[in-house]
Amino acid sequence: MAQDLAQLGHHIADRLGPVVTGHAVSYGELTIVVERAAIVEAITFLRDDPACRFICFIDLCGADYPGRERRFDVVYHLLSPHLNQRIRIKVETDEVSPVPSIIGVFPAADWYEREAYDLYGILFTGHPDLRRILTDYGFEGHPLRKDFPMTGFVEVRYDDTEGRVVYEPVKLQQEFRSFDFLSPWEGTDYVLPGDEKAKAG
Amino acid sequence: MALDDNGLAARRDELLDTRPHPETSVALRDNGAQLPGAGKEHEIRNFSINFGPQHPAAHGVLRLVLELDGEVVERVDPHIGLLHRGTEKLIEYKTYVQANPYFDRLDYVAPMSQEHAYCLAIEKLLGIEVPKRGQLVRVLFLEISRILSHLLNVTTQAMDVGALTPPLWGFEEREKLMVFYERASGSRMHANYFRPGGVHQDLPPELIDDIWDWCDPFLKVCDDLDALFIGNRIFKQRNVDIGVVSLEDCWRLGFSGVMVRGSGAAWDLRKAQPYECYEELEFDIPVGTNGDNYDRQVIRMLEMRESVRIMKQCLHKLRSPEGGGPVTSVDGKVAPPKRGEMKRSMEALIHHFKLYTEGFHVPAGEVYAAVEAPKGEFGVYLVADGTNKPYRCRIRAPGFAHLQAMDFMCRGHMLADVSAVLGSLDIVFGEVDR
Repeated sequence: MAQDLAQLGHHIADRLGPVVTGHAVSYGELTIVVERAAIVEAITFLRDDPACRFICFIDLCGADYPGRERRFDVVYHLLSPHLNQRIRIKVETDEVSPVPSIIGVFPAADWYEREAYDLYGILFTGHPDLRRILTDYGFEGHPLRKDFPMTGFVEVRYDDTEGRVVYEPVKLQQEFRSFDFLSPWEGTDYVLPGDEKAKAG
Repeated sequence: MALDDNGLAARRDELLDTRPHPETSVALRDNGAQLPGAGKEHEIRNFSINFGPQHPAAHGVLRLVLELDGEVVERVDPHIGLLHRGTEKLIEYKTYVQANPYFDRLDYVAPMSQEHAYCLAIEKLLGIEVPKRGQLVRVLFLEISRILSHLLNVTTQAMDVGALTPPLWGFEEREKLMVFYERASGSRMHANYFRPGGVHQDLPPELIDDIWDWCDPFLKVCDDLDALFIGNRIFKQRNVDIGVVSLEDCWRLGFSGVMVRGSGAAWDLRKAQPYECYEELEFDIPVGTNGDNYDRQVIRMLEMRESVRIMKQCLHKLRSPEGGGPVTSVDGKVAPPKRGEMKRSMEALIHHFKLYTEGFHVPAGEVYAAVEAPKGEFGVYLVADGTNKPYRCRIRAPGFAHLQAMDFMCRGHMLADVSAVLGSLDIVFGEVDR
């Protein structure tokens, strides 16, 4: 199975040429990395090529890696019921460079691209209706970005006197507790008088 | 009608004003020669109505903005996100085990199926194997979850098209199943029972007997439900040839589960990409031919019978020697030790402390794990960075893709068909909005 996938990866890389910048099989899953501008071409190929036939759209999502030069990944998952295989396609982008929309290839991508825009601020060109989908009407910011605080910026409550829902800055009764379990505790370095002699000796 | 930015009518009376005026309504127009104001057809206009967010047929908090031409639907714009809780964000701030309960709250009709996808993703990254008995218990409860979900959907679909009795009959059985949930996990709904490496606790032997005793009478209930509404004339009139989707469209629209099976594909992840011990179990996949609402509901009824068949095989194996042994991985670095062990073993105590404070670390990598949840393919795309918390946990919910197709499926249908189509999609907002 893993060999099949590796062969499939080579096949795709050969046929698509330089737009595929990398392909790998890990944990029994095939991932290919594609140039941003060529994503529509790549997805169309994967759908129509008789050796691939990834005709089922599974998923499209963003991922944020703020340390990178181009911080966002757009991750596509497709399924080929004929081969009984899955594929993952990744595209790198940042806050300002838009990714071509694949809505013409898979109409299912509509809401998924809206969601990636809503939660990450990834822009898509050619999308007919790129508005927010999951967050509140009039929400500001892109909540799944790593630099967006988990508690958010505003909270809502119903105001009796005004007779409507009001937005206020978040007031936390207790500071959000984030424990850093990753710093290994090395213990205190007790310096007992006289020990340095033992080390020197 | 004045609409604000969100498409809401600004005031209720404005909405009422947009109802077709008696002079222009179709019934009066036909013999309208004698009526004053005859020949005013050009005043007929499309109008939009809000369906939901608080509507019993919306199956939760769905707001549909419908554009109608008379009673014919021209456009459907579902507004979702009213139940958005930021699950994916919250998970990034929790350790792997702490994130597990969030999955119960996605599709809260069949909680354990969601936990399962998450546990499979972690197990794939960690490379651990679930012991045989753990797999059997998992499959047993996955099928209970499937029945829970299908019972709710099929019977409330009958309610959406006018029948009141089926949900009452269905809820009686759901109640019994939820008691099984409670006896296994301590909780009727939000079980948190599946853990990376297996399940939290072994089943008491009496529970295995009681589930066995439940199986055969339930088949009788299925027969009753079939007789009550599957063959019913009104149920057929409201569902046959409504919401038809071709198989090709199903794939393009990202459908999965019952939605593709209703359109004729024998595609089931339990058979196609088997996980746990589904390979050893015997069951059939019901497939529809017409891809309409009615086929989907008949498939759900048949799948419940298949689920009972799988449950019986699991129960049989759980009682036999091959189904003995531990229910969870014995790797102390992943699965917590039993309480009894902790009383005697210092190492167990340390493991317990480390697992419930720091949690286990998952090696860096990314996986996609999918399961055949009752509603379709539920997937988890997990990116780990080597720490004790997920770096990114993408939840692929089947209902999201299905609901998106509301516009595609409802165009040209009558207004009353909207709730029938919505019911057949099997939407639960916990997973759509996340």
